[in-house]
Amino acid sequence: MKEIYLDNNATTKVDEAVFEEMRPYFCELYGNPSSMHFFGGQVQSKVNEARGRVAELLGATPDEIIFTACGTESDNAAIRSALEVFPDRRHIITSRVEHPAVLTQCRNLTQKGYRVTEIGVDGAGRLDLEELKAAVDTDTAIVSLMWANNETGVLFPVEEAAAIAKSKGALFHSDAVQAIGKIPINMAASNIDMLSLSGHKLHAPKGIGVLYLRRGTPYRPFLVGGHQEKSRRAGTENAAAIIALGKACQLAGEHMETENTVVKALRDRLQDTLMAAIPYARINGDGAERLPNTTSIAFEFVEGEAILLLLSEFGICASSGSACTSGSLEPSHVLRAMGVPFTCAHGSIRFSLSRYTTDAEIDTVIREMPPIIARLRQMSPFGREHLKGQG
Amino acid sequence: MWDYTPIVKDHFLNPRNVGDIADADAVGEVGSLACGDALKLYLKLDDNKDKIVDAKFQTFGCASAIASSSALTEMVKGKTLDEALAVSNQDIADFLGGLPEEKMHCSVMGQEALEVAIFKYRGMPIPQHDSEHDHGHAYPDYEGEIVCKCFGITDTFLKKVIETNRLTTVEQVTNFTKAGGACGGCIPKIQELIAHVLGDADAQPRKRPEKLSNMKKMQLIQEVLERDIRPLLWADGGDLELIDIDGSKVQIAFRKACAGCASSGNTARMVEIKLRDLVAEDIVVEEVSQ
Repeated sequence: MKEIYLDNNATTKVDEAVFEEMRPYFCELYGNPSSMHFFGGQVQSKVNEARGRVAELLGATPDEIIFTACGTESDNAAIRSALEVFPDRRHIITSRVEHPAVLTQCRNLTQKGYRVTEIGVDGAGRLDLEELKAAVDTDTAIVSLMWANNETGVLFPVEEAAAIAKSKGALFHSDAVQAIGKIPINMAASNIDMLSLSGHKLHAPKGIGVLYLRRGTPYRPFLVGGHQEKSRRAGTENAAAIIALGKACQLAGEHMETENTVVKALRDRLQDTLMAAIPYARINGDGAERLPNTTSIAFEFVEGEAILLLLSEFGICASSGSACTSGSLEPSHVLRAMGVPFTCAHGSIRFSLSRYTTDAEIDTVIREMPPIIARLRQMSPFGREHLKGQG
Repeated sequence: MWDYTPIVKDHFLNPRNVGDIADADAVGEVGSLACGDALKLYLKLDDNKDKIVDAKFQTFGCASAIASSSALTEMVKGKTLDEALAVSNQDIADFLGGLPEEKMHCSVMGQEALEVAIFKYRGMPIPQHDSEHDHGHAYPDYEGEIVCKCFGITDTFLKKVIETNRLTTVEQVTNFTKAGGACGGCIPKIQELIAHVLGDADAQPRKRPEKLSNMKKMQLIQEVLERDIRPLLWADGGDLELIDIDGSKVQIAFRKACAGCASSGNTARMVEIKLRDLVAEDIVVEEVSQ
């Protein structure tokens, strides 16, 4: 069965051109970029080229790019560095809808005596800037807020938030893993000090990430024991993956317009048609500014895992905010923070598209989804009562 | 992806006996939309009112909840009521070739619905559950104290499941009953119940430390606020912030829905009880507006 892959916020296909770019750096050009000989040197120059390409996508300079192993490492490194840089500041601010890479770390830090404030969101998932203003003080070491939410695609006003953080001398970090490659970003005209990127969310392979570190920002490395990345991240470079990421960033820049026109139009058609065809459904984050590729729809009276497995029968890959898919018993912390009722959160499905998504694929989802929901509602003791006469 | 057996997949994709029975003799309903799963079971008896001749179900839930319901209806058809009552949640799981442990609560839900249906038919009392927490299951003959408030689960029911399935950890109890899977506030109590059932002194509930340095005390206060108290407030759209700790005096400010809430005095009292319980007996909680 051919897959219809609409789970690009989970991970993406490695672009063929990206794979070709990295291919020689396994069996042929396997030198260590740090070596003094020509064999390592030629890898080093490709790594430098990649650094330039990543910098260009971000509107940054190459020395502001630190390669890491993943977005999670970048998030961890940014927060830990800020706490080491400001030993007298004992307060961290984040949001209630962050990715666990940030949230879990912050919550763990409360056990080390740090004060953590988690800023809330409104019903559409929008950040409460007033709450942030009230929370930042001169004890705040770092404010870490995501650029785009992985579950709903809702965008945070990170520039305004960064300005608020900096007014009290705190550092500002943004987990931009879902935003980079989907919306234009220009760090040259930004207030943000640190930014996390993950390769496998933009058609590079898994196992490569970036921490953007604004020039002049004080920093303490997370991994020590080597001079790599100007001693800001020790460990032999994952050269092939770095080279792949460089290519992926170049392609992301070229496809940025497609992402915001073609992909967005497909997403809009998918969500509008499903909303028109299926009663008792709502878009999570409706009304907020969102990523062009993401839609999260809550279907009442049915449960997400059952929907996903029936979609899977047609090759359709999506994800859910339901409790049952994750092994936890509560629906997603993001949907709960937004105040989405439990009754809807259990039946929330996220579709995340990419530049590879086709019209025909969207047609299939539009065709198969309504009968799947109807079938589960027929089976549900709640759906039948509410949907009498609606078939 | 869950590792479902082919039988689970078959009963999910081709569920048997979906629907209702208009003149059903017995109906058992457990679960709710808020819980994430619910099952309504209909039984039709023969003329002697002894043997189950037909069974149908309606289920809201994940694949294994639907498969467990389907399996249950197949299993009880042809059985007498007494035979049906002997069906255990493990029997349902076995019928399906096994369930992932995280999904065992689906088989428990099936068994519960069956008991509720038969107890109700026989006119045996079904305890009213606390209407305030009416998002839970109904527990025939399992009166007792509500342990898990999120899912409305009583101690008697938990003891039964712990005993029949020989559960030894909180994680297992959560997998089988959901108890403790949401706010986690009842985890110490579940540990107590396991210890009680097993007669095991190892699974001790969290206890207040005997002696605490000032530093440790401050840390523990923050830990309890973060882990045990704030998640409870978030559930109702509220929040609190720790303002200061001065010896045994803990100053907090309420935020969001808690700020200006008429019952914030009660909430402050709840915080104090919890802190006294888990940190130190002499703690005084003071609400400040800041």
